[in-house]
Amino acid sequence: MAAQLQHLGYEDEKLQRVMERLPCRDVQASMLLALMGEQCSYPSIFIYGHRATGKSHVIHTLLKELELPYATVSCVECVSVGLLFEQVLLSLFGSDSASLLSRSPSLSDFVRVYKQLCVQASAKQTRYIVLDRAELLRDMEANLLPAFLRLQELVEDNVTVILLSEIVWDKFRPNTGCFEPLLLHFPDYSKGELQQILSEDSHPSYSPELYSAFINILLGVFYSVCRDLRELRHLAALHFSKFVEPLEQGKESDTHKLWRNIEPHLKKAMQTVYLREVSSVQWEQQLQMEEKEAGVVRGLSAHAHVELPYYSKFLLIAAYLASYNPARTDKRFFLKHHGKIKKTNFLKKHEKTSNHLLGPKPFPLDRLLAIFYSVVDSRVAPTASVFCQISSLVTLQLLNQVGHDDQLDAPKYKCAVSLDFILTISRCVYPMLYCPLVTDWNHCQTPASAAL
Amino acid sequence: MKATRKLPKPTQSTSSHCNNFKDGAVVKLEAETIVSPNDAHSLDGNCNSAETVKVSPPKPVQTKGCFVFKPSANKRRKTPTVEDYFTHGCEDTENSKLRFRNCQTLWEKMKADTELLQDELNRKILDSLLAFIRKSVSTFQRGTDDWASRMRAHEIPTAALVLGVNVPDHDMTFQCLSDQLQQSVTPFVVSVQATECAGQSCVCVQRSTNVNQKRVHCSLITLCNWYKTVTKVCTASGTARKKRTSVGKDMQQHPPIVVIFKDLEAFNPKVLQDFILICSRYVEQLPLMFVFGIATSPSTIQHMLPHSVSSLLGIELFQSLSCTQHLASVIDKVILTSQFPFKLNGKVLQVLVSIFLYHDFSVRNFINGLQLALLEHFHSQPLSVLCCKEAAALVHATELSHRDVERLQQLPSFMRYVEEQGPQEQVELLTSDDHVKEVCQKLLKDLCKYHKNYYPTLRCLHILTASLPKYPLGKQIRELHISCLEKNVWENDEYVSTLLEMKTSRRTKKMSQFEILRDQALEFIDSLVRSHLAPPESQPLYEVCYYSSSAVLRRHLNATPRTSIQTALSNPYHYLKNEDLRAEDGTVSNAAPDICIVYKLHLECGRLINLYDWLEAYATVVSAAEGKDPDSADFGKVDELKHARFIQAVSELEFLGFIKSTKQKTDHVSRLTWGGC
Repeated sequence: MAAQLQHLGYEDEKLQRVMERLPCRDVQASMLLALMGEQCSYPSIFIYGHRATGKSHVIHTLLKELELPYATVSCVECVSVGLLFEQVLLSLFGSDSASLLSRSPSLSDFVRVYKQLCVQASAKQTRYIVLDRAELLRDMEANLLPAFLRLQELVEDNVTVILLSEIVWDKFRPNTGCFEPLLLHFPDYSKGELQQILSEDSHPSYSPELYSAFINILLGVFYSVCRDLRELRHLAALHFSKFVEPLEQGKESDTHKLWRNIEPHLKKAMQTVYLREVSSVQWEQQLQMEEKEAGVVRGLSAHAHVELPYYSKFLLIAAYLASYNPARTDKRFFLKHHGKIKKTNFLKKHEKTSNHLLGPKPFPLDRLLAIFYSVVDSRVAPTASVFCQISSLVTLQLLNQVGHDDQLDAPKYKCAVSLDFILTISRCVYPMLYCPLVTDWNHCQTPASAAL
Repeated sequence: MKATRKLPKPTQSTSSHCNNFKDGAVVKLEAETIVSPNDAHSLDGNCNSAETVKVSPPKPVQTKGCFVFKPSANKRRKTPTVEDYFTHGCEDTENSKLRFRNCQTLWEKMKADTELLQDELNRKILDSLLAFIRKSVSTFQRGTDDWASRMRAHEIPTAALVLGVNVPDHDMTFQCLSDQLQQSVTPFVVSVQATECAGQSCVCVQRSTNVNQKRVHCSLITLCNWYKTVTKVCTASGTARKKRTSVGKDMQQHPPIVVIFKDLEAFNPKVLQDFILICSRYVEQLPLMFVFGIATSPSTIQHMLPHSVSSLLGIELFQSLSCTQHLASVIDKVILTSQFPFKLNGKVLQVLVSIFLYHDFSVRNFINGLQLALLEHFHSQPLSVLCCKEAAALVHATELSHRDVERLQQLPSFMRYVEEQGPQEQVELLTSDDHVKEVCQKLLKDLCKYHKNYYPTLRCLHILTASLPKYPLGKQIRELHISCLEKNVWENDEYVSTLLEMKTSRRTKKMSQFEILRDQALEFIDSLVRSHLAPPESQPLYEVCYYSSSAVLRRHLNATPRTSIQTALSNPYHYLKNEDLRAEDGTVSNAAPDICIVYKLHLECGRLINLYDWLEAYATVVSAAEGKDPDSADFGKVDELKHARFIQAVSELEFLGFIKSTKQKTDHVSRLTWGGC
């Protein structure tokens, strides 16, 4: 590979070193090297690919190892364009350059200052500006993205802007049209490539072959559900100690037996892949606990139970009922002597689709309280604490306030918890019955309950 | 800030204005310094690093105002102290001062005890949290030697601290945590609250203002550079001077920057995600660390953060004691003890416990309620001078005034006691002050003895019955305590059946040794219960120690604003105490304030109210109040004044939320409340 790149004018040794650090990205790297020229280069390059496909890594390694002048900015960090300009100037022209910018600079300020600095320190090399998470540029000022794409023309300098994103270019193109950058796709790693890359962080106290064998086993289990390099690396770090446990104790050395040993462990871990629930230490502690108790793996998601004050539970149940029942049916459910309602016409056609598929509907405070008073089994005074509980349920994000926060009269809410959650708390407040209200509701919405 | 600042009184004419000046008043420009909230933060973030970081002096915000200022200091009224408020309106100042001091000392002790208890309860979780943070620090310092930590180098160590749903209660825990962190781990501890961080920039700014206040644009790069200089200074000064003993060893090299998110749920998820993304870019240069305060359940983290963000965190979970357990230990320490002479009766305790269980789950509120009860007791009961440690109470008993002795004689429990005595003794007790004082001392001793026996017996009974199926006498000791306070517990059906059940054996056969012993033990406990668990009402002088106004407490702690407003509007006499306003049930005197009349009239309407009809009705009522002749031509006529008063009353009603304007009919308003006449 290095031989092909010789003509590009970089030192052999350097190139060699760079390529070693970029496993499985030879094609993309050489493509980029070919694009990066000393005298003149393409104004903008757009690099896209999924997360953890090495976009930033390749670019940074190339620029850093080849000692090229570059600025790299993450667009998440730039809450204002001013920060973006400042960071670019700082890394290209040194620490005192940013002071030339006015307090809230516009794009033309940036271009002017850039030109000014450019004259003082004229380029021997192409300068590079790398904008990470470039999709956020779309949400900033409208002229920013088109301007960066042809910054070379604007500042009359040998500069290349490299945009990195996980989104394809089609989603970027502004309505008014713009300069088309060169597109470069970083495809996902194949299984073999993942194996190669993951094997590189082998444990110093064990042989690389053993680690590679471990990675092979790990990929065998997890590749079907997870191809994210970062997640796989996390899983590798999580489970390696378990894998070598028999070795530590001096029992086993055969890979096959090690595989037998680790397999059930990894199967358990499948349940919580991607969840990143607890750190590895706690995960292992839990596993040890479970070996004694023999239960399922409990992560963050298993701790879904929330302790709530008694009336808060009822408020939440009332909110749930108000969110998922049509207001017309309240009379039937919560009034003792409601008139007779014909079953055939009871539900309108559009109401027959599952309310759970449609999501919670907003309801006014009055309705919530009316249902609350009929659901709660004792007489409750409308005290300040009851109203406080509603607002604390909103801060706990169990209820959502719809509309403006500052609305004083007739605020509207939505219930933000799931049916499972409600069932759990209903079981606490109605210990004998299996949640009469919700089952009643299910009964009346026959087509809906089928979807659950 | 000056407390003596006065606003000029509204004056009718210029001449009186001049008079004000003659009194020696001068108009003076007063500059006031308002400390900006950022400075307050710099105090808690920086106190330890003050010597290394140059904190720019707080920039005062100057406000200038024109105030009338009286120069003579001796004319200035003394601001009343708490004690003055306490003794205000009491006939016997000496007595009330004594009571106030009793109350204060008792409260100080209770407060210290509960704080100690809470510290203990928190210690376990805080210790493990500190250990976690220290461990993360050491991994950062050791760099990439260790394979496992190298693999996780890109994760920000995060502690998820589950604290229960009552958010205000967490303040103390977080305060404790940040104090301990600053003492032993790092000077750079920042607590952020969701309300302070509406936008992402705010989080950054918050972060940075804590450490340096000079920059306008605060970004993490600034923070990073600042951190580098600080640590450089730290190490330089560390080698130059001798190591300071107060600074721990870990603190030398790279103290971590700990960010505490006090209320994770309340944060805008977008802001939090961006913040974490930004931070993760600097994780190699800055030893950042997060603490998430979670009120609901740890799964909120998953709801708020997508995988791409949460994978940047190495989360470890810490679960605190549940608040019900917390309450149980507070009750155990403060209520179920003979250490404090002040007691709550069954109803009051029930009010406090039910507020906790039904409404807020807040231990802090429970303690505040206890404080209120204490204060009310000492304020309202003159005989509470005797409510203190036994020795002091005996001394106070000898010093009772004649008035106090009379009060003592009027206590229902004392009267009951007198009735039980022989005729000679009765006469003595009703006539001789000295004899009453003597008896009082004896009774106080008895009361103390009663308390000393009561609590151990209660615990015995609880242990005996707590493990029974279905908990016949209550699962928690407080339930048993409350039922003992209310009536003779041995007359309870549950108690009787429980004992019977435990005794049940095959009567026909000969009893085994075990059964004989068991029955003996049960009988012994039963006798203990009968002799020591009598309700306090049966004890003479119990009013001295027991606070029993549950209604007062309920009114103060569990306010009902809606009911109060309705009472005020439908029965203004209830609050205004003006005899003119006294009216029979359901009617409002026509001399009542305008808003009451308007309210009363609106109750007679349906869902939509015609404003003009309403106005007419109002004018009629007001004309009658003015004493106009009903037959005269301008009776009930709407003049400008009445119109204005009506409009004002209606808008007040609207403000209170009884009506609102409607689009259905332009000249109508709609009612927001149900019912009416």
